Amino acid sequence: MTENEIREIVHQALSNVAPEVDVASLDPGRNLRDQIDMDSVDFLNFVIGLHKELNLEIPDPDVAKLATLNGCVTYLSTKIKQAS
Amino acid sequence: MPSLGADMQFGTLVDWRVKPGDTVKRGDIVALVETEKGVIEVEIFENGLIESLIVQPGQKVPVGATLATLSGDGKKVETPAAKAAVISPAPVALVKEEAPPLKIPIVPAPEPSGRLRVSPLARRRAQELGVDLSTITDRGTDGSITVGEIEKLSESAKAPAQPSTTVPTKGLDLSAMRRVIAAAMARSKREIPHYYLVTTIDMRKSLDWLAAENAKRPVTKRLLYSALLIRAVALALRTTPELNGFWLDEVFKPGDGVHIGVAISLRQGGLVNPAIHDVDKKNLDELMENMLDLVNRARTGHLRSSELADGTITVTNLGEQGVESVFGVIYPPQVALVGFGKIVERPVAVNGMIGVRPMIDATLSADHRVSDGHRGGRFLLAIERLLQEPEKL
Repeated sequence: MTENEIREIVHQALSNVAPEVDVASLDPGRNLRDQIDMDSVDFLNFVIGLHKELNLEIPDPDVAKLATLNGCVTYLSTKIKQAS
Repeated sequence: MPSLGADMQFGTLVDWRVKPGDTVKRGDIVALVETEKGVIEVEIFENGLIESLIVQPGQKVPVGATLATLSGDGKKVETPAAKAAVISPAPVALVKEEAPPLKIPIVPAPEPSGRLRVSPLARRRAQELGVDLSTITDRGTDGSITVGEIEKLSESAKAPAQPSTTVPTKGLDLSAMRRVIAAAMARSKREIPHYYLVTTIDMRKSLDWLAAENAKRPVTKRLLYSALLIRAVALALRTTPELNGFWLDEVFKPGDGVHIGVAISLRQGGLVNPAIHDVDKKNLDELMENMLDLVNRARTGHLRSSELADGTITVTNLGEQGVESVFGVIYPPQVALVGFGKIVERPVAVNGMIGVRPMIDATLSADHRVSDGHRGGRFLLAIERLLQEPEKL
């Protein structure tokens, strides 16, 4: 899976929990929760969405690595490579 | 048309989910209704057979108007209006044909300008005819409601509702939602003598337990600390049930369960506070599942009528937005609101030693007509104790 495909999945997971947000307009290097006012329940729903889409387990201590869009792509790319 | 909030007056039927001849059971979603708070899925309160659909998609009708008729299954059921008067500010959308006097449920509805002036005779006649007193705008010169006006409204309600020129809008009408919030909050501040209490709670044990627990759990079963807070509120209400319920007709009506309204701030503006039902009877896993589902549906516009109408107390967790304390405004006709600030590391003395602990401010806004500060203080103390034993929540 390419980085672009992973980024697309991340965008879709974010749109599912924040349908009113234009994900393409977000700064990929900035904290997501700050940018779109996500609460902890939204964020957990987002992480569960990634888990279901990619069939990857995301341990609790790793969740902090998903704070930005770029962080999501980097972390998930690494996990996918490790799993394959 | 069910009342889906303290100050809802009209709703627009967006779509039916049933058709004549369909069998329905209590809890089924039968219609989509648009309100100032978005499109809501309306559940039915009784079992039966859909006989006719009276209101058509696109029609805007007042709260209390009959949307459809339902033929019964032969079983004796509690009347919708009686249920509404006892336990909930919300009437039901559909009525049984066996109960014609209740075509328009009596709603213990809010009255923006204060109490309704209704004589005992007029009130009794309204009950006989099933007229919602709050919908009467044609009043006597002194503002009182007479038997004649009640009978007039009853007659007009029997005619099929006329199509409204209002076209359902997609998404939320934010200015309308702002008006609804303004009306409810102004009423709250005008009528409810609030008192406020705050206590600071050490969250070390709860957070340590949570970290250990989450380390063992898959992401789909993970717990958030807000679930511990909500569960602690539900259990603490056992010690002070007078904080759980409604102030209606100048008396306190206890809630029929612990249904905690969770304040959810919408990104596009405004807020909703849908209820999680029977929190005192759910374990943390069930509560967490409910929270994830509820917030997701609030964001995507799929809340249900019972969730908007059934809250018996509200919890707001504004700490997630960075504030240390929140002194909330009670959502009428509820009588209490619990607020949690953000968790902050503070130096505190524990067993004679200064240490740094994660602390959270828990606040109570309560209605002084129903409870006193002493009881409110015991409630906050109970929450604090419960959070020191998170494994028992």
